[in-house]
Amino acid sequence: MNKEKIILVIDQMAVAMEKQKEFLTELDNVIGDGDHGINMARGFSEVIKKRDSLAKMDAGDMIKNLGMILVSTVGGASGPLYGTAFMKAGMFLKGKEDITFPDFLEAFQCAIDGVMARGKAAEGEKTMLDSMLPAKRAMEQEWTISGDGKKSMEAGLTAARKGMEDTKKIIATKGRAAYLGERSIGHQDPGATSFVFLLEAIASQM
Amino acid sequence: MVGFVIVSHSRLLAESVADFTRLMAERVTVIPAGGLEDGSFGTSYQLISDAIEEANSGDGVLVLMDMGSAVMTTEMVLESMENHKVKMVDCPLVEGAVAGTIAAAGGQSLELIYRNLTKSGYVNKF
Ligand SMILES: Nc1ncnc2c1ncn2[C@@H]1O[C@H](COP(=O)(O)OP(=O)(O)OP(=O)(O)O)[C@@H](O)[C@H]1O
Ligand SMILES: [Mg+2]
Repeated sequence: MNKEKIILVIDQMAVAMEKQKEFLTELDNVIGDGDHGINMARGFSEVIKKRDSLAKMDAGDMIKNLGMILVSTVGGASGPLYGTAFMKAGMFLKGKEDITFPDFLEAFQCAIDGVMARGKAAEGEKTMLDSMLPAKRAMEQEWTISGDGKKSMEAGLTAARKGMEDTKKIIATKGRAAYLGERSIGHQDPGATSFVFLLEAIASQM
Repeated sequence: MVGFVIVSHSRLLAESVADFTRLMAERVTVIPAGGLEDGSFGTSYQLISDAIEEANSGDGVLVLMDMGSAVMTTEMVLESMENHKVKMVDCPLVEGAVAGTIAAAGGQSLELIYRNLTKSGYVNKF
């Protein structure tokens, strides 16, 4: 994926966050403080305001700077979390103008490690990690079998959506939803959901 | 003298905690960093970094936070600063602010106040 495509991915992410703003906020209303959609839409609209300067950077810096914008504008936990994810991925991709699928997989792992460290969270705590980690595993597996980036991305999306659905079964132990304890069961995690939309944006340009 | 920053999702809460410390430690600088720039709930990277800057008179700054993104955003601000005289403290927000500022007014060092505050969460209220 080249730089021009990455800018289009960013555009798609912003469009998705605006489109899903209410849905994500509704999910967050049930087990959080009802701002996840607003937070993500605000962050990505600031990203779009800086689109021209991002477009001049190499792929790594572009993604890292996107993360920095999210950190300063999102305003909720998803700011430092997604912000760290993009920053770590961007740092890994530093200097690259073109991203191969194996590059993407490694950058994705850096993003996941970043979220885990920032949130002090692991899989199964009802967070964005519960769609990220299954996606990464499925992509890796499909890539080893077929070496086909598009197919691997599809496999990742399917796994991310399943992970997102499965957050309904989890008792939250991280973030605001953790205060609800058992009452968080039956409800889908907003962050695991927004991650699916972000991944869809990446897939749309492959 | 050690300065303090109070990070909260709520502008009013941060301001009130800062205000409350003046009762017994009027001379200590306590800068609130609550809510987003427009006053709504949330945590702002910019407000936190500005507040830390403002609170530092050279003897260092202790940052107290409420929860969630207040902690994570503060952590990111500190990572970008690399100033060892700025520390975030894991302690109850109100008691920590009161106890910490009184200690600072008495001339205690950053290290000492920091160490005592991290223990303050384990003191029973009754
Ligand atoms: N410690 C954590 N580790 C990983 N993910 C987390 C953590 N805390 C929250 N999340 C994710 O962030 C999502 C909520 O994002 P949102 O933008 O609504 O932040 P928030 O919970 O309102 O933040 P805050 O509590 O600071 O106000 C959750 O659905 C979850 O996926
Ligand atoms: Mg929220």
